[in-house]
Amino acid sequence: MKNYDAFIRGIWKDNPVLVQVLGMCPALAVTSSVENALGMSFATAFVLICSSTIIALVKKIFATEVRIMGYIVIIAAFVTLTDIVMKAKFFELSRSLGPFIPLIVVNCIILGRAEAFASKNGVIASVCDAAGNSIGFLMAMVALGSIRELLGSGSWLGFDFVGTLRGFLETSLPSVLPMFDQWTTPWVVMILAPGAFFGLAILIAIKRTIDSKTR
Amino acid sequence: MFTNLILIFVATVLAENFVLTKFLGICPFLGVSNKLDSAISMGAAVTFVLFMTAAVTWFIQRYILAPFQIEYLQPVLFIIVIAALVQFVEMVIKKTSEGLYMALGIYLPLITTNCCVMGLALFGVLRDYSLIENLVFGLGAGVGFTLALVIMAGIREKLKYADIPNAFGGPAMPLVTAGILSLIFSCFAGLIKL
Repeated sequence: MKNYDAFIRGIWKDNPVLVQVLGMCPALAVTSSVENALGMSFATAFVLICSSTIIALVKKIFATEVRIMGYIVIIAAFVTLTDIVMKAKFFELSRSLGPFIPLIVVNCIILGRAEAFASKNGVIASVCDAAGNSIGFLMAMVALGSIRELLGSGSWLGFDFVGTLRGFLETSLPSVLPMFDQWTTPWVVMILAPGAFFGLAILIAIKRTIDSKTR
Repeated sequence: MFTNLILIFVATVLAENFVLTKFLGICPFLGVSNKLDSAISMGAAVTFVLFMTAAVTWFIQRYILAPFQIEYLQPVLFIIVIAALVQFVEMVIKKTSEGLYMALGIYLPLITTNCCVMGLALFGVLRDYSLIENLVFGLGAGVGFTLALVIMAGIREKLKYADIPNAFGGPAMPLVTAGILSLIFSCFAGLIKL
């Protein structure tokens, strides 16, 4: 039951991005498209789950003063692994994520979970907690990526909604095309930096509204 | 040469501000921007760490990672160096100013996990800067971080008295503010082309 609690809490009640406000850098920086958001989420999930497991296993060997250093070295080892694998298997994705893959080392979610949970609990509970937080992170990333990609370039996961619809209208109803073009001008600002801040603020506001309604 | 350095500095402070356009160092940006004076001292500490990191990581990249072709060890080696530097800064601040040490609190050791320090090291390598350029890049990143943090703290001191809808309480309102600041800073993008 405790393991289930640890798992479920990270997904919604203590969502790492929307409630704990951790891991903001990747959440804002790579969510300009859903594909990047997914790639980043899976890479982070892998590092988070693996490092939580190892830290829960070896937590006793670190002296309290140097434990953070120890955790970071473990995390950095898994990040290096992820970086190499991504470069070998998903070269395009790893190039568009750029330095944000090595930057997983300093993602506060991973060190936060290591310090707040894995260093105090057993292996199974730590894995559950890490998996829950990973799913919570993935959900927030995909939600933010969807908002930004839909509004900013009119597509979702590379599928061009606006372009397809426009092609359809061009053949069937050419008279509405000018109006359609006017309505579907992409909001370039959503792809750029400010859109990330606004999108995340709106997501947090939605989460808070749902929470206050259900309480 | 000299104009190039000035260009790098101005670009990293304004047009490519680390916090507002590259999203590096958002956690302390939202965490320490409640009060103006702690924002200034946090900015100073981060600027110092950034400057030192720019110097040390350049040497590591040039004389250890590149000649032995072990670039894949970059994250591990860089994070260890940064952690050591932050520990050093922490000891210096503790010795010289007890008050400042108390004011910065938990956020001082957390500079280690501040994305902008690691990001600076990685971007410096990616852009293949020379030592002087990398130092100016580090200084610019620090000044840019401090600038963003101080502006944000100034706004948030006023924001405390505003009547905010419940949904936008907590971290949402600072994020909207950051978005507006980011809009303003993105206007500088046309100013400089590197």
